[in-house]
Amino acid sequence: MNLQQIIDKLELKVLTEPRDFSASTPTFGYSSDLLSCVMAGAPKQGIWVTLQAHGNIVAVAALLELTAVIITEGAMPDENTIQKANDEGVTLLSTPNSTYLTIGQLWEMGLRNP
Amino acid sequence: MSQLAAFRAELHVHTVLSPCAEVEMIPPLIIQEALDLGINLLAITDHNATANINAVIQAASGTGIHVLPGMELQTHEEVHVLCLFDTLDQIDAFQRKVDEAMPGLENKPDFFGEQFVVDATGDFIRREEKMLLASTFLSIKQACALVRELGGMLIPAHINRKAFGLLPTLGFIPDELLNTRVMEVSRHMTCDQAIDTYPQLREKVLIQSGDVHRLEEFLGVNYFTMENPSIRELEYAFSGIGGRNFQIHHPNL
Repeated sequence: MNLQQIIDKLELKVLTEPRDFSASTPTFGYSSDLLSCVMAGAPKQGIWVTLQAHGNIVAVAALLELTAVIITEGAMPDENTIQKANDEGVTLLSTPNSTYLTIGQLWEMGLRNP
Repeated sequence: MSQLAAFRAELHVHTVLSPCAEVEMIPPLIIQEALDLGINLLAITDHNATANINAVIQAASGTGIHVLPGMELQTHEEVHVLCLFDTLDQIDAFQRKVDEAMPGLENKPDFFGEQFVVDATGDFIRREEKMLLASTFLSIKQACALVRELGGMLIPAHINRKAFGLLPTLGFIPDELLNTRVMEVSRHMTCDQAIDTYPQLREKVLIQSGDVHRLEEFLGVNYFTMENPSIRELEYAFSGIGGRNFQIHHPNL
């Protein structure tokens, strides 16, 4: 499964600059809103689901080389955060749905084992 | 320069206005406890609220204890920051901005605890109906700008704590706090341990507070030598300007 399929299926809004998302294949998913936990627990090239939308999520995503960050419940990062994400090559996606529903959809799509 | 004086400070004290504070946290008992411990500088810092500060100031009148008006603000990122000021006018202006940024939820006293506004003797005036333990819409960046604009000082609170502490919540110090020099460590570790755990803190000045929700939680480990108990003098003391200084002592350890 590639990132473009996930974006289409979950009807995610792409907040950062478009790129060839079909070339990205996430390894696994992870969810937490405590960034110290994310830094310790999220798998490389994984997808991180969070409702945090502040600037530090970009640095964590870049550090862990995450495939994408899905920001839930319609939380919107500010312009600086989106700019920073573009600079760092981090993909930010948005959904009005909850974290719970989003993870359920990813699981149903088969994103289960690293 | 006028004469320097010594201050023993507890800069993070809740009253019965905070739902999580014990019912004993009323102005006369707070002041008596501070007197017993030789603490002569307090900051009253309820969650997103300030309605009991004047009562504590009145209760402190004539005791030699100085009370700084403050607030423990919960930012949009779910991070707690202490916002300290010199005057009631300043904190009132700050409160108005915070009120505009509150989510408008109602407190559930059975679950979160009662929120009482009291007078200087601790007598009941009214219940605060708004849920104070809530994230405001103010970001850390907006809070920094607002506090600075009003002439106050912002200190991230209990930065080492998982619940609402800066470092566990945000993972590391965000850009907007790189110029914020003073940060608060909770009672749960020493400042040296905090620096070992979070090396970024090496560049910061660390204070330690009891985050006092009950009388026995006063620590009073922050010692200042400065001209008077004001925000400007605190800043001078943190920077060691003109003979002023700041140190942490644990007299009982």
